[in-house]
Amino acid sequence: MTTQKALIPLPAPIARIATATGAAVALAGTFLPWTWTSEFPGDLTVTGYPGGLQILTLTAAILTLLFTLCGYGIRGLRWLTPGGTNSPVRLLALATLGTTGYTIGAIAYELGGVVNLEPGAWVSGIGALIAFLAALGLPSDEPLPADGPPANAWQRFRNSLAAPSVGRAKPLPGWGEILIITAAFAVALYVFTYCIDIPTEESEQFIGFLITAGFTFTALTRAGIIARITALTTKHRNVTLIAALVAAFCFPFTQDTAEFTLIGANILIFATVALGLNVVVGLAGLLDLGYVAFLGVGAYTAALVSGAPLSAIGVQFPFWAAVLTGAAVSLIFGVLIGAPTLRLRGDYLAIVTLGFGEIFRVTVNNLNGNSGPDLTNGSQGIPSIPDLNLFGIDFGLSHDIGPFTLSRPANYYLLLLVVTAVVVLVFRRSGDSRIGRAWVAIREDETAATAMGINAFRLKLLAFALGATLAGLAGTVQSHVSYTVTPEQYQFAGPVPPNSAFLLAAVILGGMGTLSGPFIGAALLYLIPAKLQFMQDYQLLLFGIALILLMRFRPEGLIADRRKQLEFHENDEPVLVPEPRQPEEADAGITKAGA
Amino acid sequence: MTTMTTTTNTTTTVLDASGVTMRFGGLTAVRNVDLTVNAGEIVGLIGPNGAGKTTFFNCLTGLYVPTEGKVSYKGTVLPPKPHLVTKAGIARTFQNIRLFANMTVLENVLVGRHTRTKEGLWSALLRLPGFTKAEQASHERAMELLEFIGLQDKADHLARNLPYGDQRKLEIARALASDPGLLLLDEPTAGMNPQETRVTEELIFAIRDQGIAVLVIEHDMRFIFNLSDRVACLVQGEKLVEGTAEVVQSDERVIAAYLGTPFEGAPGAEEVAEVEAAEAEAVASTGTSPKDTTTTEEEDTR
Ligand SMILES: Nc1ncnc2c1ncn2[C@@H]1O[C@H](COP(=O)(O)OP(=O)(O)O)[C@@H](O)[C@H]1O
Ligand SMILES: [Mg+2]
Repeated sequence: MTTQKALIPLPAPIARIATATGAAVALAGTFLPWTWTSEFPGDLTVTGYPGGLQILTLTAAILTLLFTLCGYGIRGLRWLTPGGTNSPVRLLALATLGTTGYTIGAIAYELGGVVNLEPGAWVSGIGALIAFLAALGLPSDEPLPADGPPANAWQRFRNSLAAPSVGRAKPLPGWGEILIITAAFAVALYVFTYCIDIPTEESEQFIGFLITAGFTFTALTRAGIIARITALTTKHRNVTLIAALVAAFCFPFTQDTAEFTLIGANILIFATVALGLNVVVGLAGLLDLGYVAFLGVGAYTAALVSGAPLSAIGVQFPFWAAVLTGAAVSLIFGVLIGAPTLRLRGDYLAIVTLGFGEIFRVTVNNLNGNSGPDLTNGSQGIPSIPDLNLFGIDFGLSHDIGPFTLSRPANYYLLLLVVTAVVVLVFRRSGDSRIGRAWVAIREDETAATAMGINAFRLKLLAFALGATLAGLAGTVQSHVSYTVTPEQYQFAGPVPPNSAFLLAAVILGGMGTLSGPFIGAALLYLIPAKLQFMQDYQLLLFGIALILLMRFRPEGLIADRRKQLEFHENDEPVLVPEPRQPEEADAGITKAGA
Repeated sequence: MTTMTTTTNTTTTVLDASGVTMRFGGLTAVRNVDLTVNAGEIVGLIGPNGAGKTTFFNCLTGLYVPTEGKVSYKGTVLPPKPHLVTKAGIARTFQNIRLFANMTVLENVLVGRHTRTKEGLWSALLRLPGFTKAEQASHERAMELLEFIGLQDKADHLARNLPYGDQRKLEIARALASDPGLLLLDEPTAGMNPQETRVTEELIFAIRDQGIAVLVIEHDMRFIFNLSDRVACLVQGEKLVEGTAEVVQSDERVIAAYLGTPFEGAPGAEEVAEVEAAEAEAVASTGTSPKDTTTTEEEDTR
């Protein structure tokens, strides 16, 4: 038995042709109607014009076709597969089959029976199935381990999805590399916008998106493209940062409804606060379970000095002063809470911060003039926080800029982007300095760090206070975005994202200690509950399950820390995903999609 | 500068520990130990397992607050705070390697520079003029040290992925990064093969030649007698003898402590050689076993 043997015994050329044919058939099927009624979301009834879930199948099928063609070694396509060649095809075929299969299932389930399917669905479904089965006949990219017992079918299947890691890329001219980075962010922005713009009622489309995106991303990883792009972004860090900022800046211009822009703004708040938490948790290794309290301190401070009619302090600070006050008050609270608690280590610190987080919420609830002095208006919170007016722009109104209309959330989104940029800058610069190294050293081994001359307590307090300040900063804007601040917004765990548990989860899911991790984590953790409203009741349960799966299959998070990348790839360019050393890797893609 | 140590008031004394006692509940791990190290000296500290050598080191470096006694460095009494001790000029390595496993080799050494650099948070955030210069200087110094120990080619590797011998060396480089006047090495050759041990020996001599005094704990008798100008032997927390290699080597109590039985008759040169040979053989035949024992042994540093 050869080690490269395919899962299904087919001659490779035939398997390749069959895969391509299957993908082409699936592609063609998306141009036919899949069902007879437009009751199913996305309107899959039109001939010649794919819609809704059909577009996802179409995308997956096109990619399958493209990567199958790469298998022929066509010049000019080789850059697509610096890593594996056949495992991406298998994964993409799986994406096609998964999306099509899910759609067929959903139509049959929702409209009551298979009779509601039109031929187009069958054409695509059968095409996808052929493509997938034929793809299994393509040889493996990675040999099976030669020693050990003969692999069973499942092991061989997982092996067939593995791919070798990529080597160093030939350097392109500088502008070429920058162009690639720009293109990558354009694609990312497009995918993000697509994802946000999925109507809230059409959870089918969102699930389909997760299936397609999860498999496609894994496929691109196996192909080695992701590794190449990551290598480029690490090489041109500033360009990447600017590209990301520009992409983020463009987002509100792609939206014409306030609803989805507001989602964008909320994700931005969530991500910014998560990045602040990443200083505390990711860099300094301090498990803070009450972090959202600092967001609350900032938000309440800003609300109190905003001139809101129910604010106990009837003053209206200019915005810049409110921001500074909010950040400063958060800083003070950070130091007050940090000073006594940071002498504790590990679990103790987690428990104490958890307690302080709750104390904040309870206190704010009680400072209502009845059970305490009147400061926060108790559980009613402080409503009707006036909109900002900066540089003569009223943030409460829509503004037309050329052909674009910027709604109220869009105004705030752009303001938040400034705050985010500040936090990003702080994270990067502090992390990449003597102070940041000391934090990481404390995280790694506190005793050794102190023996190297690091005043651990001072540096931990610094991280804690800095984290608090950043959260307070974000809070000052958040209070304006949400009109109202109430104690319930700032609890340990709740249905609406920025709460301590979700913040921590965003950091861990995205990747501790990384810059981009919290953004990806926050986007996923915000969008999934927002778009899948039917699972609202089980949200925390599913959230817990997802976290357990994450810890089991990808403990370093979606984006691995530069240091952890090195751990897996000592001698080549840093890449995004560890080489498929662990046999569970194949499942990781599924976990990612479902997380 | 305090009382009674008038004789050591010469500039040559780097470390002066007097009456250091460490009790853990009923157990006295270190009992009334005096030890001085002079500039340019390599002093060895030997003793059987559990004699209290590591505990004594921890007392010197502030990881433990000694129950009694005081430690002074170049005439100044040291506060029992590890970071202040390092700042004063004493650097150390650990018996069970304690590198920052997920940091690169270079970063590990840069962390060692912490006390010798000043750039604070503001400087880092605003990238004040001094910042880049200071970072560059730190990098240069760190690379210099890596070259010194021969790890310059592995600067970007993760510390955890280094081979065992390199990890030990890196720990020394990290300690040297704080520009110490005194280096404390806790069993630097534990788990090393004879060749690596020889390299380490050369390294320690080279460090001494840079004007850094060295206090080294070691099990390998041949290694320590070769290396040290002076050797002190700790048994059950007490300092038994101190003197040149010959004196300690021929002390009956030391031999008894090591071999477990009283030694009869005057120890002639032959016997000493015999003991030495047996010792070396034991070390060679057990191979990696010292490493295994040490990890369990030193849970105590915290
Ligand atoms: N933190 C501690 N608590 C209790 N006992 C300790 C502690 N640290 C060391 N000891 C005890 O002190 C004695 C000396 O240990 P150590 O200094 O590690 O010996 P060695 O000379 O082998 O380095 C041992 O009996 C050890 O169990
Ligand atoms: Mg010891």
